[in-house]
Amino acid sequence: MDLDGCLPLAVPVVVGLAARPLSSLLPPRTATWLLTATGALLALTGTATLALFALAGALRLPLIAALADLSQRVLHRDDPTSPPVAAVAGALTVAALVAATRTAVREVRALRAAARTARDLPGDGLVSVVEDAGVEAFALPGRPGRIVVSTGMLALLTEPERRVLLAHERAHLAGGHHLFRAVVRVASAANPALWPLRAAVTYTTERWADERAAATAGDRRRAARAIGKAALAAARDPGRVVLGIGAPPLCRRSRTRPGPVPRRVAALLAPPPPHRHGLVAAVALLAVLAVTGVQDRASDLHQVIHRARQGTAQSRG
Amino acid sequence: MANGGARRAAGTLESKIMAVLHRAGVPLTTSAVQARLGEELAYTTVVTILTRLHAKGLLVRAKEGRAYSYAPISDEPGLAARRMRAVMDGRPDRAAVLARFVDSLTDQDERLLRDLLEGA
Repeated sequence: MDLDGCLPLAVPVVVGLAARPLSSLLPPRTATWLLTATGALLALTGTATLALFALAGALRLPLIAALADLSQRVLHRDDPTSPPVAAVAGALTVAALVAATRTAVREVRALRAAARTARDLPGDGLVSVVEDAGVEAFALPGRPGRIVVSTGMLALLTEPERRVLLAHERAHLAGGHHLFRAVVRVASAANPALWPLRAAVTYTTERWADERAAATAGDRRRAARAIGKAALAAARDPGRVVLGIGAPPLCRRSRTRPGPVPRRVAALLAPPPPHRHGLVAAVALLAVLAVTGVQDRASDLHQVIHRARQGTAQSRG
Repeated sequence: MANGGARRAAGTLESKIMAVLHRAGVPLTTSAVQARLGEELAYTTVVTILTRLHAKGLLVRAKEGRAYSYAPISDEPGLAARRMRAVMDGRPDRAAVLARFVDSLTDQDERLLRDLLEGA
């Protein structure tokens, strides 16, 4: 097994570990695109690499070699993939494909359900205000998407803060943020090393909407205060405890690292993050390495097959 | 894998049971719900889902003999958001679909946030 050939399997681990730092360091729009595109590409190249390992092993099975008219001698001499490695790679390929398909189906269903809910909301404007003392607001993707705001949330915020809220949710719908999240979820289902990208892209899409809202308000500080105020009030909302909405993330989240809301508020209170072209280029380079790794592996295998074909021709001649 | 399927099925069942209770217009016992569902569901499954819906604040229940009877809390528009939240909550993909304005806070997050806002 050459090292180059394993790059598509190593790069996702590096990108997975870098996802959270990248989500803070880069401007949110750049970070969202970079992490989503890289995640999708790495899921594809990783799965392709596993499939190539499995294929190389499968060719050494006497039955398949005979059917494809390949020289067993040449295959054993030229291809270093050991049968156990190939078997594991084959199992992982199937697992990755099944997991990705299942997640994709689930995402599509969830988006359809959201679109149905959006369609059935009372009223026909973009914003649907629902009579509810709880502090709640969210965007529902659909055609068209809708924004749901509770009267409890509206009562809490001042008029300029409400504009921040609406600009934030509108940015989610206009930017198609749910699609970035869905792509990353499918990619990380195919390759668990990419799992940290889920939280990272959820965070960067929130930050993206925050920055848009701050730009609309013309005041980062006001946007920060609106988010902080809503989060603190929502934390006191007993309805949430009953509904158990907050429970699972609380269990999962590490105690030492701050959660998304304080990070978002802190980011708005600081100046906007600078464009770091070097960092973006470094991540893009890693993705390119993974692609070339797959290409090398594929062309190696192609050559081995070619020689093995010639091998059988020679032994007959 | 089977777990994911079971969870998805549970979300669908919750919606079906809510529909049965809304249609009935009167409080129903577990066995009455089971009978009206029109599908082969174990009694314990129906009990589990009714208990969960009650815990989510979507149903009220009252002791009726030895069993509980359940009714939807109310159908006024005031509960639309809450119900929607709870329905989305039953889906494994809620987080991806609902872009919520603010996420939940840990105690540590809450302190951190207060400190940040004091400075702002």
